[in-house]
Amino acid sequence: MASLCGGLPRLGSVLSLSCLALSALVQLTDAAKNFEDVRCKCICPPYKENPGHIYNKNISQKDCDCLHVVDPMPVLGPDVEAYCLRCECKYEERSSVTIKVTIIIYLSILGLLLLYMVYLTLVEPILKRRLFGHSQLIQSDDDVGDHQPFANAHDVLARSRSRPNVLNKVEYAQQRWKLQVQEQRKSVFDRHVVLS
Amino acid sequence: MESEQLFHRGYYRNSYNSITSASSDEELLDGAGVIMDFQTSEDDNLLDGDTAVGTHYTMTNGGSINSSTHLLDLLDEPIPGVGTYDDFHTIDWVREKCKDRERHRRINSKKKESAWEMTKSLYDAWSGWLVVTLTGLASGALAGLIDIAADWMTDLKEGICLSALWYNHEQCCWGSNETTFEERDKCPQWKTWAELIIGQAEGPGSYIMNYIMYIFWALSFAFLAVSLVKVFAPYACGSGIPEIKTILSGFIIRGYLGKWTLMIKTVTLVLAVASGLSLGKEGPLVHVACCCGNIFSYLFPKYSTNEAKKREVLSAASAAGVSVAFGAPIGGVLFSLEEVSYYFPLKTLWRSFFAALVAAFVLRSINPFGNSRLVLFYVEYHTPWYLFELFPFILLGVFGGLWGAFFIRANIAWCRRRKSTKFGKYPVLEVIIVAAITAVIAFPNPYTRLNTSELIKELFTDCGPLESSSLCDYRNDMNASKIVDDIPDRPAGIGVYSAIWQLCLALIFKIIMTVFTFGIKVPSGLFIPSMAIGAIAGRIVGIAVEQLAYYHHDWFIFKEWCEVGADCITPGLYAMVGAAACLGGVTRMTVSLVVIVFELTGGLEYIVPLMAAVMTSKWVGDAFGREGIYEAHIRLNGYPFLDAKEEFTHTTLAADVMRPRRNDPPLAVLTQDNMTVDDIENMINETSYNGFPVIMSKESQRLVGFALRRDLTIAIESARKKQEGIVGSSRVCFAQHTPSLPAESPRPLKLRSILDMSPFTVTDHTPMEIVVDIFRKLGLRQCLVTHNGIVLGIITKKNILEHLEQLKQHVDPLTPPWHYHKKRYPPSYGPDGKPRPRFNNVQLNPIDEEREETEEEVHLLNSTTL
Repeated sequence: MASLCGGLPRLGSVLSLSCLALSALVQLTDAAKNFEDVRCKCICPPYKENPGHIYNKNISQKDCDCLHVVDPMPVLGPDVEAYCLRCECKYEERSSVTIKVTIIIYLSILGLLLLYMVYLTLVEPILKRRLFGHSQLIQSDDDVGDHQPFANAHDVLARSRSRPNVLNKVEYAQQRWKLQVQEQRKSVFDRHVVLS
Repeated sequence: MESEQLFHRGYYRNSYNSITSASSDEELLDGAGVIMDFQTSEDDNLLDGDTAVGTHYTMTNGGSINSSTHLLDLLDEPIPGVGTYDDFHTIDWVREKCKDRERHRRINSKKKESAWEMTKSLYDAWSGWLVVTLTGLASGALAGLIDIAADWMTDLKEGICLSALWYNHEQCCWGSNETTFEERDKCPQWKTWAELIIGQAEGPGSYIMNYIMYIFWALSFAFLAVSLVKVFAPYACGSGIPEIKTILSGFIIRGYLGKWTLMIKTVTLVLAVASGLSLGKEGPLVHVACCCGNIFSYLFPKYSTNEAKKREVLSAASAAGVSVAFGAPIGGVLFSLEEVSYYFPLKTLWRSFFAALVAAFVLRSINPFGNSRLVLFYVEYHTPWYLFELFPFILLGVFGGLWGAFFIRANIAWCRRRKSTKFGKYPVLEVIIVAAITAVIAFPNPYTRLNTSELIKELFTDCGPLESSSLCDYRNDMNASKIVDDIPDRPAGIGVYSAIWQLCLALIFKIIMTVFTFGIKVPSGLFIPSMAIGAIAGRIVGIAVEQLAYYHHDWFIFKEWCEVGADCITPGLYAMVGAAACLGGVTRMTVSLVVIVFELTGGLEYIVPLMAAVMTSKWVGDAFGREGIYEAHIRLNGYPFLDAKEEFTHTTLAADVMRPRRNDPPLAVLTQDNMTVDDIENMINETSYNGFPVIMSKESQRLVGFALRRDLTIAIESARKKQEGIVGSSRVCFAQHTPSLPAESPRPLKLRSILDMSPFTVTDHTPMEIVVDIFRKLGLRQCLVTHNGIVLGIITKKNILEHLEQLKQHVDPLTPPWHYHKKRYPPSYGPDGKPRPRFNNVQLNPIDEEREETEEEVHLLNSTTL
């Protein structure tokens, strides 16, 4: 019951979030219907002495045919129909805003992850070394043979459990996650019990 | 009451508590020829000797009821954590389904009480559809993101769009009028790296510069991918389908479908695809969709608390995953049914259908490829096929089957090497080396340099007059009066021959690289490389047949239907059939594969050729080994997966499989009411079993129920914390009524609520075929073996898998085992006519089979019991 009551507001928040995302998407697609996001592309193969050519025009879907797009027409009078029969015209749409937003979101997530990775693998061990001195370093090096990130998660976990406040809770959650990842890493890379 | 309702009510309400009934039991047993000896042997450490043998206890309805009602109240609320599972354990489908039905009944009965309860029941009824809707939305959106980002990054290896950095090559030249008929993909906005760095677009210098940049980007993408996987989420590597199959069959891998896995898999999948490795994004997309399903199911108590219900959502999610991967919603549903799901009721079918629909709709509205299709290599053919062409199609099927068999053997051998030797210790180095080799070899060949999806698209596309690729370099006889759609077969030009050479090289390259790529520690799917191999082979065969028909159109096979100047052979169709055959050879899918491929092509008339090729490839592949690549990987990793497709043909009995064996220590059992908390804790610490049968008493070994290790630990721990008066010497009582205790003894601990009172039992003479069937169909976790109501042993899923493995290696299935020829003996006697050894009154099994399973195959099984 409690979990149901807990579930409802959480569901509500997720729904409202997805509504927001959806409306943003709709706006994006509206904005995306701008001029340069549609094209009518006609590919015309070589015909008589004319070489093959590609025509490209921003034009609405109903006008997307050879007669509207091929301009100037390379052939005259009676040949126009024959020429146009060979051309293939395709109407295409894209959403440049979606592409832009997607790439930006993707790159920012990737960048954040890389920063965090660099922090965890390079910066944090150095900080720890400064803070806790030399003795612990030796100890943690003994624990894990090669240089593994999160090597001292156990210690921190034990320490942070003793003094509960908000900051420690965050740290506790983070350390728990680190332990889980360490466990996963052991089972995948060292023991090879899963995913090999 | 609630927690007790979860388990089966009232089955053992009137438990045999009186000494009289116990003694009559014994008489009954003696009559059956069982000799009971009641001496407690010295290795009877389970029961800790100090409890008096034959304690006299009575029904306690009167005296001590006061204390026990108090405890009962405390136990009214279910202990948190009871009924959950540990990591790497198997779920009990029967128990989970019972739990769900009970929950459903509770909600339904309360429905009439108030408007709020009514709302809750409506919410509950709708939550199934809601969760698959959310899953479909999320997986469609993620697929769109992956498609767009992967396209962009793939093209980043080659150059960059200076006017707008976020466009890929195609989008960059979108509105350009400078493209020419011959060089369609050149436009001034798109700069190759050579143009940017050394300022020249042509010449050997720029070629070398582009080559270097290509390798550089490929290596850095691969390095980023593998280090992200290694640091944040090791579970994100691989294709994920074998694991999802195992999870859906009822296995728990904690974190496998979690938030971090989802995020890292999405991010690194793009990097892996962009690095040009011989892998695809289709399999990992199924994993991504399943992660979404799992995460959303946490919002709904109906699904978050019940592992069996959660698996229904995951089935639907995998359908959504394939739906967006191939743009084939119906194919996705069938894929979920045929390949990944274990338990697939009709309700799940409809939900999968809906999830696939929603996901495909979202992806379509994102329109990632700008072609208003869900996949890059969507093609449309309209040319008919002729009966004679079935012959090359079947040949392609044979090729697909051979490729599948070869690939499975080679890849499993390589993965075994990675698993068992030191070479597996360097995942990052391995990825880098594979990526480097791939990039160095791939760049000079235009067909391998392309993104694999683009390659498939090019191979699928038929040669019209509009095509400019060298595959379509036919000699035209400039007979300019024909209409576009009907191009006759033409003699191949010089470009086609060189293209065939390049394709042959690409085929060899792809075959070798895919074997070494599948299984490296980045997200890697198998569908796309397999399809590419099949498409290359198919296209080569198609061109060969086409040329044959052109030059020998007077042969009797062509004479009927292929006249001069007619368009009779479509090489693109051969490529498609070849792709389906190769995919079928590797995965051994049939129905879903054909549906996926025809949804890709939108041509219903090609179903028969596809069916013929896929069926042939399955037959040929099965001749070399019955399991598909996913089953092979499951077996390699030793996951506890009981394949529903395999038949059990052996004639062993339950008694041959059950544990304990003769040389094993006796079965660890609990007694109903004369063990103390310390006894139980000792037993839990000393053994590693995941569950203990509960018997009435040591004299009468009758079964009462089954208690799981995890539940016991949690219940005792919480009782020690919450209930006062529970100490090490407290009695633990599984019976309904506490026995009368001496006045000074501590308060008893009632654990009836965690006892499974209807454990599944079979008798020792049940044939294993029936036991295996029960395990498969009901999804059991363990099953107790009894004889006349006495517990003899236990069979777990792991035991069955070990047994199957053993039989596969040692026994010819057609020869019946020893007890078929010999006289049958009562179970208390061994086959030699002597009484079997017994420990703690539990009959043990005399069969002394060598346990020679290859160590790695039972490796996981050993660490994950039940």
